[in-house]
Amino acid sequence: MRMTDQKQKFAATRREALKMLGITTAAGVFLPNLLGRPAFAATPPETPTGRIVVGFSQEPTVFNPLMPRIEVDDGVHFSLFDTLFRIAPDGSFTPGLATEVPSIENGGISEDGLEWRVKLRDDVKWHDGETFTAEDVKYTLELIVNPNFRSWRTTGHTLVRDITVVSPTEITWKMESAFAPYLSFLADTFIVPEHILGAAEDPNTAPFNNAPIGTGPFKWGSRTAGDHLELVANTDYFGEGPYIERLIYKYIPDLTVLYTQFKSGDIDIIGSQYITPDNYEEAKTLPGKVVTTVSTATVESIYLNMERPQFKDLAVRQAIYAAIDKQTIIDALYYGLPTPTETYMPQESAYFNPDLPKQSYDVEKANQLLDEAGWIAGAGGIREKDGVRLSFTNSTTSGNHLREQAQQFIQQSLAEVGIEMKISNLPPAVMWGEFWTQSQFDTAMVGVIFMIGADPDVTYRFHSEAIPAQGGRGANTGQYKNPEVDALLEEGGKTFDQEKRKAIYREVQEKIRADLPFLPLFQNMTVRGRDEGIEGVQPNINTRIDTWNAGSYYWAS
Amino acid sequence: MAGYLLNRLWQSVVLLVIVSIIGFAVLNLTPGGPLSQFALTPGMTQEAMDRIAEQMGLNRPLPVQYLDWGWRLLQGDWGTSYRDGQPVLDVIGRHITATLLLMGTSTAFSIAIGTWIGIHGATRPYSIFDYSVTIGAMVALSIPTFWFGLVGIYIFTLELGWLPAGNMYTIGDGSFLNYLHHLIMPSLVLSLVNVAVWSRYMRTATLDVINQEFVKTARAKGLTERRVLMKHVVGNAMVPMITLAGMQLPSILGGALVTETVFTWPGMGRLFLDSLGYSDYPVVMGLLMVSAILVLLGSLIADLLVALVDPRIRVG
Repeated sequence: MRMTDQKQKFAATRREALKMLGITTAAGVFLPNLLGRPAFAATPPETPTGRIVVGFSQEPTVFNPLMPRIEVDDGVHFSLFDTLFRIAPDGSFTPGLATEVPSIENGGISEDGLEWRVKLRDDVKWHDGETFTAEDVKYTLELIVNPNFRSWRTTGHTLVRDITVVSPTEITWKMESAFAPYLSFLADTFIVPEHILGAAEDPNTAPFNNAPIGTGPFKWGSRTAGDHLELVANTDYFGEGPYIERLIYKYIPDLTVLYTQFKSGDIDIIGSQYITPDNYEEAKTLPGKVVTTVSTATVESIYLNMERPQFKDLAVRQAIYAAIDKQTIIDALYYGLPTPTETYMPQESAYFNPDLPKQSYDVEKANQLLDEAGWIAGAGGIREKDGVRLSFTNSTTSGNHLREQAQQFIQQSLAEVGIEMKISNLPPAVMWGEFWTQSQFDTAMVGVIFMIGADPDVTYRFHSEAIPAQGGRGANTGQYKNPEVDALLEEGGKTFDQEKRKAIYREVQEKIRADLPFLPLFQNMTVRGRDEGIEGVQPNINTRIDTWNAGSYYWAS
Repeated sequence: MAGYLLNRLWQSVVLLVIVSIIGFAVLNLTPGGPLSQFALTPGMTQEAMDRIAEQMGLNRPLPVQYLDWGWRLLQGDWGTSYRDGQPVLDVIGRHITATLLLMGTSTAFSIAIGTWIGIHGATRPYSIFDYSVTIGAMVALSIPTFWFGLVGIYIFTLELGWLPAGNMYTIGDGSFLNYLHHLIMPSLVLSLVNVAVWSRYMRTATLDVINQEFVKTARAKGLTERRVLMKHVVGNAMVPMITLAGMQLPSILGGALVTETVFTWPGMGRLFLDSLGYSDYPVVMGLLMVSAILVLLGSLIADLLVALVDPRIRVG
């Protein structure tokens, strides 16, 4: 609610505004354009005014926020719905539909982490005028785990037992076992109306799914399939905003065309997947546009399939890592934008371990490591040991030109140290189908967001029981196994104390960096753009999409 | 006649069944599938993916899935889109108008211009006009539409500011004039290629006819050159064009994949690409069946029309 306070402070009175106008005008004489714009302009309008068109390169099509969805769907859900609490850009939680974020300190969560109590706002209305109550929260949590409902992730929700509505503004439940990341999952769980979905014959096919009713800053307007969505301001919104009358999500299927329509003014904000790195230099010079680089949580890496005989030897993994010239890839192919990294954790995270050993491009060291480990050059100059050739295939999504060039570059680097890397790329649906999930690849070049919101838990990615190819139920597709990491992850999952968690996850990163089950290349950087005069746009590395706070957008007048 | 139609209908049904089996098999046997787009989602587990696959009925044996789909289709249920949960026919219906408007305009335009160029060129073979349209057609056919589209946007939108960069309407302005303004560039870019195709066909067809004996006879009778051309040459040269036009029917409704992408035109071509990209099998199958039906319908109409205008051909 910090933002709301700020807004009230800014809105102040007309007299003060005029006074400020005078001051800034005077200051403007001496300090022309110090901030690029006069300070008074950054005041949101009293009533929702104007329209903003956000361009997306994928089409949002899923409007029931509990069903399987992609990034751009998230973008729309944030505008239409609310969660109990939100994740702020700095990783902290701020209240949404709840009046406070439950913690052990405030008694919202019991010491053992098993009993939860959430207090809710009493001033929230659904877009159809009905009052939001604890029954809606209960219904939402129950619907997610309803076996007949095609829900998205159920992690955490499956542990919830005995949901009790204490009063319309208070709800309690028990957890089957302590699960600290549940806060993050809840911050990504949009609450749906019981009086509508509960009354529907089948929530999977309810009319609601194409004419959603939420509590968010915007109401559903209309959808032109394959083209755009129109949302309108919810003037009864309980939180900050909305300041614009209409919010349009426009679908533009090609990144070149997306950028062109940004230049031509057809869209006001270039949303996911943003401006391609090759256009960054030009974009910076566009008149009337604000173009910035924003770090994302996606970590680009080479995933190794640890069950392949070549990769069982740590020396091989270390040698491959040493033979990759990261900086040249970043500078020459990615226009110097991304940040090199040694871990899966984004550097903005409170859990990031800054003390990990830095990789350096060192052919000599790579050769030495392999020589010492007994990998000797055989036929065609390819090293081998005990009948295993140091040869493997690398795969990624075909048609991703930057990755394809990086692959060819790495292929040449590895050939210099006697390692053969073949390239075999596949269309996206094939690449990320069973080929990926069932670990049928040798190595994969992939950009992964490891975090769930701001939570550092990576059990589903690195725990030995999370390997789908070995009957596990998570997403450990590299088939990484380390009992020490398992133990740490289990400990971290039930620890609520942030300082203790920090220590645990820093150690996890240390061990994974030493084991190198995947070779971290860099943390991604995106180039974003918007029209000058749009205020309130705030990147949030903990959400998958840039429009997480569209309710705060406004046109400076 | 009735017997002929019945026979054609029967053949069509067999063809449609074969097409649907092949289409269904190819789609479903490709590795990957509709859930692969969620594989990299933060927090997504194999457990959740397996559950969703089961709820969607994706883990049933393929023949069972096919028969289920076919049986529903016979009852008029084309299935539901995986992407937005809407009935397939609704999804197609929402995209077909945009395509029909764009393709209809451009096809009508290209047939008119292409026919004229073809005849004009054929009656003056190896003239400067003939050479320049031949070269022009070759250029238009060899340069990718995507490139033409982007160059068009660069010149007419970014540099001159005359035409919009794409889309069917300016958001918030649904007027007919606004639509026409948006239609100009995509329909011209599409026509560029189509005019080339049509003019080449028309030129060849006209040349075939122009040297035949009955044309000489017509001239010998003392008819004016104009009458010879319009009545005897063009009339006969149009017969193969009817077949060609019939074959255009499915592409008019099928949309233009590339043009619709460059100009963000929400039509059938884009729907097809998107549905394929997201492995939205019900919609892809729906589009496949619609275009198969259109191919069959188009060739039937063409055959009937040819029989109607060409007394040498009889159906049945």
